[in-house]
This record gives sequence, structure tokens and C-alpha cells, in this order.
Amino acid sequence: MSKENGVIYRISGPVVTAVGISPRMYEVVRVGDEGLMGEVIELHGEQSVIQVYEETSGVRPGEPVIRTGQTLSVQLGPGLLTKIYDGIQRPLPELEKTMGVFIKRGVDADGLDLKKNWNFNATAKAGDSVTPGYVIGTVQETKTIEHRVMIPPGTSGVIKSISSGEFNVTQTVCTLEDGNEIQMMQKWPVRTPRPFTKKHAPEVPLQTGQRILDFLFPLAKGGTAGIPGPFGSGKTVTQQQLAKWSDADIVVYIGCGERGNEMTEVLDEFPHLIDPKTGEALMNRTTMIANTSNMPVAAREASVYTGITIAEYFRDMGYDVALMADSTSRWAEAMREISSRLEEMPGEEGYPAYLSSRLAEFYERAGRVETLAGGDGSVSVIGAVSPPGGDISEPVSQGTLRIVKVFWGLDAGLARQRHFPAINWLNSYSLYPPSLDQWYRDNINSNFPEIRTEISALLQVEAELQEIVQLVGSDALPVDQQLTLEVARMIREFFLQQNAFHDVDTYTDLKLQYTMAKAILSFQEESKKALAGGAALEDVVNVPARTDLMRGRFESGYDVKIDEMLETMIKQIAETMEDN
Amino acid sequence: MTGKEYRTITDVKGPLVFLNKTEPVAFGEIVELRLTDGTLKNGQVLDTSDDQVIVQVFEGTASIDKQTGIKFLGDVFKLPVSTDMIGRILDGAGRPRDGGPAIVADEMADIIGAAINPYSRQSPDTFIQTGISAIDACTSLVRGQKLPIFSASGLPHNDIALQIARQAKLVDSDDDFVVVFCAMGITAEEYNFFVHDLERTGALENACLFVNLADDPAVERLITPRLALTAAEYLAFEKDYHVLVIYTDMTNYCESLRQIGAAREEVPGRRGYPGYMYTDLAMLYERAGLVKGKKGSITQFPILTMPGDDITHPIPDLSGYITEGQIVISRELHQKGIYPPINVLPSLSRLMNAGIGDGKTREDHKSVSDQLYAAYAQGRELRGLVAIVGEDALNERDLQLLKFSDIFEDKFLRQSRDEDRPIQEGTLDLAWKLLSNIDTKYLVRLDQKWIDKYHPTDKKE
Ligand SMILES: Nc1ncnc2c1ncn2[C@@H]1O[C@H](COP(=O)(O)OP(=O)(O)O)[C@@H](O)[C@H]1O
Ligand SMILES: [Mg+2]
Repeated sequence: MSKENGVIYRISGPVVTAVGISPRMYEVVRVGDEGLMGEVIELHGEQSVIQVYEETSGVRPGEPVIRTGQTLSVQLGPGLLTKIYDGIQRPLPELEKTMGVFIKRGVDADGLDLKKNWNFNATAKAGDSVTPGYVIGTVQETKTIEHRVMIPPGTSGVIKSISSGEFNVTQTVCTLEDGNEIQMMQKWPVRTPRPFTKKHAPEVPLQTGQRILDFLFPLAKGGTAGIPGPFGSGKTVTQQQLAKWSDADIVVYIGCGERGNEMTEVLDEFPHLIDPKTGEALMNRTTMIANTSNMPVAAREASVYTGITIAEYFRDMGYDVALMADSTSRWAEAMREISSRLEEMPGEEGYPAYLSSRLAEFYERAGRVETLAGGDGSVSVIGAVSPPGGDISEPVSQGTLRIVKVFWGLDAGLARQRHFPAINWLNSYSLYPPSLDQWYRDNINSNFPEIRTEISALLQVEAELQEIVQLVGSDALPVDQQLTLEVARMIREFFLQQNAFHDVDTYTDLKLQYTMAKAILSFQEESKKALAGGAALEDVVNVPARTDLMRGRFESGYDVKIDEMLETMIKQIAETMEDN
Repeated sequence: MTGKEYRTITDVKGPLVFLNKTEPVAFGEIVELRLTDGTLKNGQVLDTSDDQVIVQVFEGTASIDKQTGIKFLGDVFKLPVSTDMIGRILDGAGRPRDGGPAIVADEMADIIGAAINPYSRQSPDTFIQTGISAIDACTSLVRGQKLPIFSASGLPHNDIALQIARQAKLVDSDDDFVVVFCAMGITAEEYNFFVHDLERTGALENACLFVNLADDPAVERLITPRLALTAAEYLAFEKDYHVLVIYTDMTNYCESLRQIGAAREEVPGRRGYPGYMYTDLAMLYERAGLVKGKKGSITQFPILTMPGDDITHPIPDLSGYITEGQIVISRELHQKGIYPPINVLPSLSRLMNAGIGDGKTREDHKSVSDQLYAAYAQGRELRGLVAIVGEDALNERDLQLLKFSDIFEDKFLRQSRDEDRPIQEGTLDLAWKLLSNIDTKYLVRLDQKWIDKYHPTDKKE
């Protein structure tokens, strides 16, 4: 490693210019007397421009700048799960230990606990020939997740020796014939995607337990989704719901330039939430990155790369990983801030001209892949977007929507009425259904796609009828159309609305979602019959069993009770004819 | 490093002074400027290099010339803090304004304030009763929250802030709040209104004021809230106080920020405000909360006036993205003569769920609040329809909702400036009473079990 010393020439906020060194682009350097961590982001004649990951006040020109020879990398290995890191993979609990509750600067901390011993269980043996990604052994990292120790990219050969036992992550667990030593920890530069063999089309849905998402606008495992919305419309709650309930194996949650308390909430809550799949705490499968709004912007810029590299690493083990980034707009703003300090030529709204390519490169790191080892793994990426004033014509929203395949559009009007999730069902979309429909037919019901179409069609018709109602009032509509409005209202209030904070309502599995949707359509069908048989609309829509059916979703055991409730409702609707 | 005086000013632009090569000056370092007539001004380094240093002058650059002497004081801005600050009135730069002695420092605190480690935070979950029904029922405040008031010129936000400061209490404890009040560019009249009210109620003795008025230097406003928050952090996290920080008007703060950006010829973000305004505001607002292992807390009430009543303007917009909700004051309600004119629909408390419910306020609180929102939102929407088609075209349900929206404004929102409603008997019971104007079958947000227990006419006894 070539070490060279230079000195600071200029300091302007998080951007420091050094002279007297000639580092490589993206090399990590140590800045100033306190050795603040920084990354070279521009080379300019004699000058190297550095973004510094820590607060720079008090730093002076003339202080030293030291090369490290390394690019910004993360440490990968057992010990990532259940952790919370800042944007450059410093564990926050470690920072608390060394500097108390306020984050001071100039402190280094390893991403992995280098001293902790893990029980390494060798699954390969001497004589095996191994290539990158090959799993040589496993470690039970948490109660539910088996960590698969892989041959790092760029290494291959024949195993000379390997042994099970207690090791820390820097000890050699396996030696190759050529003398190459393999440890459980590998390092990877965050700005470089990890390699895989090839990308596959996604064909399995990421089930989230959120009715409007799963049923109307599904995300595929390995897919990409954007959630733009003004403040208070539900981006964070939606992301947290996905982190809690989606059926991924691993969750990487990035709090990028958002509130400190929201991360605390996740930290408090996740250890107590039980994963419906494993019966164990959800925390077991989760890694968190927290670089909140008041933490240094350069580290915020890095945080999404740190997160996605960790996600790719678990993907390479053959896991389905879901990554949430809340909010990608803050990441983009960090880019803008750094860019403006570099006095780069600004593009739209002051964002750098490379904004859209950075967004595209980031989302490109999602996907369902054949791993180097021949397995199947995926990274799904869900990015929140925070458009100024809620207007999505701005560059970050537009740059995101050009790339992602799912658009969950949050709507301030719905949020104001406390219709949650405030996802606008008319302008949101998912491009995945055609590739997922076979899965639904095989696993849920052979007519699942048709039922979905019927439900969305009803919502469309409602929107058209509402325009008329705005002019003449609903009583002026013919009875069959009034019924359509009632059915659509039932879809909205009973199916689309879902209270994230209600113990039961917070999660609905896909089979039950289907049953609920069918129940709505039965209500429609039976009511039509009753109306044709002379019943009054008022009586039909007010049968008590319908209210019971709707309120029932707040009670546990609903999946068992719903059939009976539905039958009662059908019976009561039929009775409305006899009354007349 | 201190002591040497430079006379190397090359340019003066707006609030900024540019000077040539000096000794190595620290980023953020404090600067003293001596004008030719002997006047002293203060500033801070915004950009530093071997060749040029840019200084932002707090008192403005009037009368500065190339002969002005500049001294670098060798350190970043620090505030002397001590519990003696309680009961004192300081100016926008932290100097006594009440004729009293200088604050004797218990310690010197860096005013930038380090970020609280998210891992070290503790989730705020203690309900604060403000005695204002709209807030307590619909946007409940908890201790350690940052909840701004989004208002506009001519609206009674100051009355509301003061009413909250007067009435705020925990339901079952008599821990008192210390108020840190921070004025940024408000008029002397507004300021006097605050001070008189605090005096009248005896709260002044329990408050610390930082005051930058409309005729005080605009650039100084950039440090005033940092001083206030530094004092608040000291009191909360070193001295175990529960601190309520009221600062007004954030809009003036943001204007000063824009002024600096323009003087530096930065590429502006939306409507001319700097691109880093989000981060800058976050460095203030995030200095609220609770910290593990510390007894005190910081609850923030920033007040901002929305230019043109526009909630999408960058100042309320970026604030709303950072704070834990917002209380929105409505001109329409104010014009109808309703006090407090809080429009609950765009208002929000993000920490409400953690602070309400069984053992905190009451088990039915969440359900009641959801129902109030839903009914009022629908009722208000129907007002528009009725204006076109008349009430005759409404069905029974819609008629009831329409009527409810008026009742809600008149009976629930409206209360007097000194009316302190207790959460259970005052606010929640009133909500049930008003909701009973709507048939139970239309109250779909209410759990059946709460209807059975609390509905004034439908309850099963
Ligand atoms: N699915 C949901 N169920 C219930 N309440 C919700 C839901 N989504 C959002 N909310 C409410 O909206 C508030 C704001 O949501 P949040 O996700 O924090 O918004 P954003 O991140 O878009 O600013 C939350 O505090 C909560 O009260
Ligand atoms: Mg959010």
C-alpha cells in the first residue's frame, strides 16, 4: 500500500481540497490532525478533492492528508445481521461506547466484530475445487439465518485444508493449494456491484401482507419499486411495513437523511416482532443503516451504497433480500450539495447532470440472479422519494420512475382523510403482473388475475361515476350505479384501507386477501339479485352481517370465520327481497 | 494563533467579507472585525484556504471597508452555559439583554451541536396534555417531539403557542417544563406580547430567552436558534430539565439563509433557497428528543409563517419533511371566528400512536381520533358538493356527515384562550357526544367494543 502525505489547501463544508498527494479516484484518505475519514471524488491538476464523512469545523489548511490506498469498502461476513450502522458501516453501538450519546468525530470502528468467535461448520473438504461464490462452510449467524461463507470474487483453486470450529472473522478457515488463505470476512468496494452469473426475469411475488400492494400493485422478488409522496403521506410507514412483513429472507433498511426517532422506533420494535414465517424475532434477518438528516451529508451519500453492497452479499448466498431506502431524495440532495461545492455545472433544479445515471446504476443493482455458485438469489429495492411540495415532476421522482417497475403513488388527499395506506389506486401501477400471474394461478387460485382485474375495474368505474355525482348528487343515479358506488366504497374501506398500527389488520396473507376480494364481489352479485327481486338498495347495503364481515378483519381468526360471515351476509341480503 | 490583526479584505458582498492570505484559519472559526471607527463586529468562517478566507458577518457588513481589521479568535463559536441562564433574557448572540450580569460559564458548549446517535435515542412516548382538544385528540403531542406550528401572517399562532406553554402538563406527574424561547426577526410588538404573557403567568422565571428582533442583524438569526438549542441541550441532558423550546419565526431564519446563499453565488435550489436548506434545518429540528440514560428532554415548537399561505413553499415543506408532524393554522377557520383555528386535516402528529391509548390517555383514543378525522374530512368535502347540488341531493349518511362538520368546528375545535380541557372528561367524552350525532352504522372507524363502552346513547350498560 503506497502511503503518501499531503496537506489541506481548502475547506468548504464537507468538501476539502488537498495538495501534495496523487491518490486514485474514490480512494479513502485521512484528513486533518484528527484523521477524519474522506473519499477522493475529483482529481483536478495538483488538487485532490475529498468529501469528508465527518463534520469539518475547526479543521485548518495546512493540516495533513494521508492516503490509505483503499477504496471505500464494507466488511462482509458473519455479524452483519441485527446490527445498526452509520452510512460508512460504523456500528452505532460501538460509537456510543467510545463517545457517548452524541456522535463526535475522528473515531474508527470496524463493521464486523473482529474478536467475536463464530462456530464455523465446514461444508467443503480438502481436494474440492472451488470458484468464486462457492460455499465452503456455514455459520448460524442468528437464530433463523444461516450465514454461508463463500469464496470471494476473484479467487479460485483447490482446497488444501479446511476445518470446522470456533473462529473469528479474520482467522483463516480454509487454505487453497496455491497458498491462498480464506477468512470468513471479505471486503468489497461499495461503489462496485458484486458479480453474478446472469439475471433472470422475476416471476415470484414479494409478499408483503399489505393488501393494496400485494393484490393490485405487486412487487416481484428481485424487482424495483418507488414510493413518492409528500411529507406525512406514509412513505416511512409503508417502508417499515415492508421491512416487517415482506417474505424476504433478509432485510436491509436504510434510513438515509431522515429522522433519528424513526430508526430508534425500528430498533425498539423489531426485536419484539415475530416473523410469521419463522416464529422468531424479525430482527434476526435485519441489518440497518442509519445516517439521519443531521449526520454528515457525505456519509449520507455513501449510505445507499453501503446498504446495497450488504444486500448483494446475502443475495450471493442464495437469499432473497429486500432493501428499503428512505429516502432516496435525501441521497440525491447529498449528491447535489457535494456537486455544488465542487462548482460542477448544475443540471435541473441544481442537481448534478449525472443524477439520473446514478439513480439508474443504483436500481440496476436489484434483480433476481443466478449467483456465481449457480444458486438463485435476489435483491428487491424499494425506494422512497420525497418530492418538494409533493410534485413529482421534479428530477428525482422522474429519474426514479423511468427505472422502477412499480409505482406506489402516495396521495396527500387520502392521507388527510386518514385513508391509509394513502396509495392512489388510480395512478399507481405495477408492471409485474404478467410475469407473476402464473405463480398466482398455481399458488393462490386459478382465477386470481381475473378477480384482481374485476376489483380494479370497479375502482375505475367508481372514479367515473364520482364525476357525475359531483354534479348531480348520488341519489340522482340509477340504482345499479348506486350499488356500484357502494361496492367500490367497500373495496376502499374494507380492502384497500389497512391500519399498520392494528395488531391484526397490519398483515393479511395473500390467500385471505383473495377471500376478502371474493367476498366483495359476492356482495355485489347477491345485491344485484336482490335488487332485481325487488329489494330496496338501502336495505341491501345495510344488512348487519355486512358490517360484521367488514369489522371482522380486525379480529384474529378472521381467515377461519370469514366464510361463515359471508354466508350470513348472503342469507341476509336474500331476505331483503322477502321483506318487500 | 490569536492576536494578529489582518487588513487584507479584498471584497465585501452582502453579508460576506472576502480576504486574502492569512495564517491557516479553521473552518467555522469565529472572527472579530474592528471597523475604522472602533466598532466591533463578529463573524464566522464559511470557506478557508491558503489563498482566501470567506467570513460571514453576523451584524451585517455596513461600514466595513478595506481598512477594517480582522482577528481570528482561534476557536469555533461556543456559548457559555449554566443553570443561571434560567430566568434570563439574552440577545441573538447570547449576550445579556436584560441588564443583568454576563453568564458565568459552567461550561463552554459548541453551538453547532453534534448529532445524537440514533442508537442512543429513546422513543418519546409520554403524552403531554395541552388542554386544547384539537391537539390532544387529533395530533397528540408527546414529550421529546418536534411539532411545528404552520401558520401565516395575521393568524393567532402566538396565542396558541403561549396557551400550549401555559397549559402543557403530563397527565400524572407534575414535572414542570423550562421554556427556552428563541425570537428570530419578530417585531418588538410580538416580542412584548410573549414577554408579557410569560411575565403574567410567572413563567418568565422559568424561562430563558434568546432575542433577535426585526431590527437586529439578519445574519445573526443564523446563530440565535443554535444558541437556544445549545442552552436547551445543556439544561436537558446535563441538568435533567424537561425543556420546551419555542422558536419563532423560522421563516425569518430561512430568509437569512437564502441571503447568505445568494451572496456566495451558490446555485439556488427551489425558489432561491439554498439546496442544503433541508440539512441545515435538520441540524436544528433534530436537536429534540430523549436520550437513553438521561432524565431530561427537549420538546420543540417551532413556529413558521407560510409565505402566501402555501404549504408547498420550501420553508413549510422542508420543515414538514423533518419534524414529527405539524399543526396547521387555517385562515378560513380564523375568518369564521373559531379559536384555535386549527385545521386538523393537514395536521399530524407522527408520534401520537406511541403516546396514546390504554394507560396513557384512554383505550378508545386512537379509534375516536380516526373517526373524527374521517367524518370531518367527508363532511367538509360534502360542503363543496352541497354548494352545487343543494342538500336535497344528499342521502341520509351524507347529510349527517355534513352536519357533523359544522358541529365539530363549533363545539370541538372552538374553545377559549384559557380553557384547559382534560383529555378524558374534557376532550374524548366531548368527541363521543358529538359523534353521536351520526348513526352508529356510519361510524365504521370505531371498534364495536368502544361503542359498547363509551357511546353516550348506544353503550351497553
Ligand atoms: N398504513 C398506515 N396505517 C395507519 N397509519 C398510517 C399508515 N401510513 C401512514 N400512516 C400515518 O401517517 C403518518 C405519516 O406517515 P409517514 O410514513 O411517516 O409519512 P412520510 O414518511 O411520507 O412522511 C404516520 O405517522 C401515521 O400516523
Ligand atoms: Mg418519512
